[in-house]
Amino acid sequence: MIGRDLLCIDDLTREEIGTILETAEHMREVAARDVKKVPTLRGRTIVNLFFEASTRTATSFEIAGKRLSADVVNFSTRSSSLSKAESILDTARTIDAMDPDAVVVRHNVAGVPKRIADVLEVPVINAGDGAHAHPTQALLDLFTVQKEKGRIDGLTVAIVGDIAHSRVARSNIAGFQKMGAEVRVAAPPTMIPAGVEALGVKAYPSVREALDGVDVVMMLRIQLERFAGALFPSIREYSATFGLDREKLRYARDDAIVMHPGPVNRGVELSHDLADRRPSVILDQVRNGVALRMAVLYLFSGRPPGQSALDGNSGGD
Amino acid sequence: MERFILKGGRVLDPASGYDGVADLRVEYGRVAAIGADLPVEDAEVMDVSSQWVTPAFVDIHTHLREPGQEYKEDIASGGRSAVAGGFGTIACMANTEPVNDDPSVTDFILDRARQDSPARVHPIAAATKGLKGEVMTEMVALVEAGAVAFSDDGKTIMDTGVARRVMEYSRLVQVPVIVHAEDRTLVGDGVVNEGSVSTRLGLPGNPGLAEAVHVSRDIQLAELTGAHVHIAHVSTGAAVEMVRVARERGIRVTAEVTPHHLALTDEATLGFDTNTKMAPPLRGQADMEACRAGLADGTIDCIATDHAPHAVHEKDVDFCEAPNGILGFETALPVVLDLVRTQEMAPLELVRRLTEAPARIISRPCGTLAIGAAADIAVFDPDRRWVYDPAKGYSKSQNSPWAGQELTGRVTYTFVDGRLVFDVERGVLAP
Repeated sequence: MIGRDLLCIDDLTREEIGTILETAEHMREVAARDVKKVPTLRGRTIVNLFFEASTRTATSFEIAGKRLSADVVNFSTRSSSLSKAESILDTARTIDAMDPDAVVVRHNVAGVPKRIADVLEVPVINAGDGAHAHPTQALLDLFTVQKEKGRIDGLTVAIVGDIAHSRVARSNIAGFQKMGAEVRVAAPPTMIPAGVEALGVKAYPSVREALDGVDVVMMLRIQLERFAGALFPSIREYSATFGLDREKLRYARDDAIVMHPGPVNRGVELSHDLADRRPSVILDQVRNGVALRMAVLYLFSGRPPGQSALDGNSGGD
Repeated sequence: MERFILKGGRVLDPASGYDGVADLRVEYGRVAAIGADLPVEDAEVMDVSSQWVTPAFVDIHTHLREPGQEYKEDIASGGRSAVAGGFGTIACMANTEPVNDDPSVTDFILDRARQDSPARVHPIAAATKGLKGEVMTEMVALVEAGAVAFSDDGKTIMDTGVARRVMEYSRLVQVPVIVHAEDRTLVGDGVVNEGSVSTRLGLPGNPGLAEAVHVSRDIQLAELTGAHVHIAHVSTGAAVEMVRVARERGIRVTAEVTPHHLALTDEATLGFDTNTKMAPPLRGQADMEACRAGLADGTIDCIATDHAPHAVHEKDVDFCEAPNGILGFETALPVVLDLVRTQEMAPLELVRRLTEAPARIISRPCGTLAIGAAADIAVFDPDRRWVYDPAKGYSKSQNSPWAGQELTGRVTYTFVDGRLVFDVERGVLAP
């Protein structure tokens, strides 16, 4: 994987995903140490190129890079103001001229990381592009399920919410299917994309049917400001029909877990108490996200010859 | 060359139905004779054996960008690109800056064309002032100035009442109203065909229904008003079927299809290449096949390129922000010759859809090799392979999905009024 781009789950084989998850397990140990740092990527520069506002993902990548002793530089700007000044590709070329070892890209339009990867030599890691892909989110979700359930193969996963506009849904559908799970989706018909069968999933019009016997329930964040009144009539109706509470969760298996990529609209897609307590694993997802992104940065941006992942006790720069 | 003979080519003239190996004699800019072993006498001889000799092509849907956006294209560069693709006559859409909604703009375009363009240029005037879909243009004055059709191309007249009045009034001048059929409310922010590809890419979809709804409306308006309605760039099987039924019922509706909707599907967009973004978008396989079948059986009258130059920096942005459209002239012939190679169309029929049929829609006396007609002639080698490099082409822009690809079929000579304006070895020669 060294030197390659990570743009979507389709870039990875099942075996490679397995390697990433194993590596993430090792990386989690680093977080448990007194000094949470290893020198693995010392002397390497990672640029977080964020064209779309993101606190969580940017912070997760930044902490991941710093725990590996990389120099992490955050370049964030709103794409709307940027596009007037210079093109995205010009920005990327400018960053490239400063010789980074990896570039992490987020943009609100699908395909921008791919366009940037086409012009840059160094690995490009997609941190989310429009409704297209969010591969590290899917990998951290796989990692979380693997830890919770001990396996992914043979599980049934229901994804509930705005499938049409969700990169998290697309990447998780691809990731869980690749690892042998069955994926279902549930949403109002206005939030099911055209030709959803192309993704290999069955769409359910009700939460009750979709959740029947599932091992994992993944709730998506609803973009209230964009779609309330356009794709569904009101928050009240959405919450009543597609929001998850303990009552609806009873249709799933008794040991089912509840996931959410965050941030949660409390009381909309997820009831207050479910957001905070098991079987929801939302904060575990966040915690695992750092370890998973350490694994990705390590595996894709390259290790120095002859040095293993966790040599040394501290980086100290 | 006042007198010359194109010797030994396969002459195809759809207007007369002629298809055979023959010599073609030109005298003083007009077709003088077609026949076997014509006497040379005092004429120059060009050996075109193993090549096809047809009327120069006619493209009734192009964007030449002048006045106002000369950094993308101008009438000179567009005209040069046209003849390099075998086109002798082109009609240019009204979405310039200022819009061609006033006879002074029509005059300007024709003036420029006379001075700068090796191809004949016919302006299409706006159907409504400023392309706003509200107030109809001065159609009588515009036709007197030289407009051959009316269109708000690029935009759709959403107000059905306005569209009706435009069509009714157009009967006064007896020229077609060309409609860009896309319902804006259904297109929304869609940038690719709605379907499995938009779903995989996560890009907003533009449903085929957006076209079908307006083709249906405009056919009904044509029936009501008696206007000649021409449907631009048909892209869906539903639209082809509606046009077929309308024509069987005798409604005055004609239609065109672009080379890209005949040759590419939305799968071409999977790499996020903005040179696959256009309106209407590339559709799925079934729609593409319906367009090919519609062209083959004559439901779709003609091929039109929708030549739409955009500067590199305008396409070098994210997919949603990129403007719609691609270059058309220099790749059209090799792309559509595929229909002959697959035997979906007879050579004469394909040539008809590039020549006589579009000429008839705009009622111009081109697109024919009739004796006495202006000698607008294309000569091409249907089997010649070449690699298309838009940077070496004649357009000012380079936005083509076929950049760097090997194409089969290449124009070798283009004549307008008997003047050699393009020679593949020497390039564009005039003006």
